[in-house]
Amino acid sequence: MAIIRDVMPAFDLLQPSSTVEAQQLLEQNGADAWVMAGGLDSFDWLKDRIKKPKVLVDLSGVDELKGIRVNGEGVEIGAMTTLTEIANHDEIKKNYGVLSQAVELVASPQIRNQGTIGGNVSQDVRCWYYRDGWPCYRAGGNLCYADTPVGRNREHAIFGANRCVAVHPSDSVPALIVLDAKFVVQTAKGVRVVDAEDYFVGPETDITRINMLEPDDLLTAIRIPNTWAGANFYFEKVRDRNVWDFPLMNVASATKLSGGTISDIRLAVNAVSPRPMRLKAVEDAVRGKLANADTGEMAGKMAVVGAAPLQFNAYKVPLMRNLVKRAITGARGAA
Amino acid sequence: MSFLQWATSPWGQSVPIHIAWTLIWIAAITGFCFMVVHSLYLIIVKPPKRFAERKAEAAAVGIPERVPRHTLAARLFHWIMAASMIALLITAFLPKVGVQFDWVAYHWIAGLVLTASILFHVVHSTFFLDFRSIWPDRTDLLDAKSRALRFFGKDAPLPGRFAKYPLENKLYHGVVMIAGVAVIATGLFMMKRVETGILVRNPYLFSDMTWGMMYVLHGLAGVGFIALTIMHIYMGVRPEKLPITKSMIFGWMSRDFYLEEHDTGRWAVNGAPKTDANRGLAASDGD
Repeated sequence: MAIIRDVMPAFDLLQPSSTVEAQQLLEQNGADAWVMAGGLDSFDWLKDRIKKPKVLVDLSGVDELKGIRVNGEGVEIGAMTTLTEIANHDEIKKNYGVLSQAVELVASPQIRNQGTIGGNVSQDVRCWYYRDGWPCYRAGGNLCYADTPVGRNREHAIFGANRCVAVHPSDSVPALIVLDAKFVVQTAKGVRVVDAEDYFVGPETDITRINMLEPDDLLTAIRIPNTWAGANFYFEKVRDRNVWDFPLMNVASATKLSGGTISDIRLAVNAVSPRPMRLKAVEDAVRGKLANADTGEMAGKMAVVGAAPLQFNAYKVPLMRNLVKRAITGARGAA
Repeated sequence: MSFLQWATSPWGQSVPIHIAWTLIWIAAITGFCFMVVHSLYLIIVKPPKRFAERKAEAAAVGIPERVPRHTLAARLFHWIMAASMIALLITAFLPKVGVQFDWVAYHWIAGLVLTASILFHVVHSTFFLDFRSIWPDRTDLLDAKSRALRFFGKDAPLPGRFAKYPLENKLYHGVVMIAGVAVIATGLFMMKRVETGILVRNPYLFSDMTWGMMYVLHGLAGVGFIALTIMHIYMGVRPEKLPITKSMIFGWMSRDFYLEEHDTGRWAVNGAPKTDANRGLAASDGD
């Protein structure tokens, strides 16, 4: 059980100054190491004494992981770049506005000043049973405490549950998915670049992990190609407290319009499934159609096909239907 | 080193949650060691295959060239069971050793196939086959004693030829049966914990401790099957055992092999004349 002592367990603090050094430290320490970016998710785990790493690799001194670089092919964001810096960056606001909108809605200003894009996309799931240290599936046990007849699952998954019903909580990820972002991962064997949606791992594949990172891997940057630069974007986040909260659900879309017709679109939602969801079937269905209320209605209904709500989260089905609808119709408004 | 993994339940109780996954490797190494030791024994010691004189040699007269051993139904059962077992082992343990894929649905579906095939086997072997042929009898034990004494250089009578199944085969069947019952019974209950679309989930069916013990038993039987499967496949591909393996494919074994290895009195075959030795035994048309 979680014992909030506000005193972290003892660990060796390692503070590399370069990506190569950081990766080597991870390789040396393997599963004993914990990677810390902004520390906002890490300190919860450590202070609650749920995670007790032997080694903590603090990336705050690795300058090459920080900053936003604009080039002819798009934008490259260092994994240690803060959310505030991304939200205020001119090029991102101008051409990739969906990302600046998304990160601006993350938590509070203080948290955005400290939180990094790498940490935001790599944070663990939000499930109090899991985070309180109960021996659930995700923690290596044999039960999902949230998916029981009396489990508290109002914020949990309506799609993709496979024993674990926790959802991915990131606000930035749907925006990165619709921008067709690539995640750059430094591995022991070299650099690996994966599509944003492929970075995440669902419980059906590995219930104890949330992303593809092996213990000695390091997310170093996120590349956003200019394919969708200047498209019509839509982002909306629904949460219990507008001042500061994790999403009950969020939606992002990037749309290319030809007249009023959708010539191309990417659509993603988060906080509905253990991994962020790109709605490819909906994209295919609305491509070539007018970006109007009828198309939005159809898209919304299509998006929730197969939803399997739990005892206390059936509200997420109409919520998702309406968010997807607005992501379609909102594209016209953003034009 | 602990062989079980423990956790603290929401009620503060220390409960086992599953076996330590190290046991996967221990089971695999055990199976591998069995292969190596058995192979070396046969290569280095070269034990002669010697049986006592056949009491009813005349029984060879009239035995068909192809001695029926396994019916089509028995063979289909065997291979369906084998396929489901391999599927179960792959889906259970590959994710634990780092090969990740969506295994849960495949696992319980393979488990249901195994369960159905075993149920068929129980009915089929009980009512339509020679049920007693797979169970050790007094002759098996006496022959085993003779073989053991002779192995250690003691005086003992030559052992007789085998009945339809050698004692080792019968013992293996017994172990597989026990492990199979354990893994199937626990597996069926465990289906109540996951979303299958067949059963209504009820994680409260048992206490945390009982569930934990069930997972442990399932795991122990499961890793046991790793070693048992390795041993079985190894024995199946050994040159001297190939006629038996082929009989599980084609349904018959040659008359020569039958006469060399098997006691025509203890395993009578249709077509052979009745003798004093085989009187009273069910004639096999392949079970």
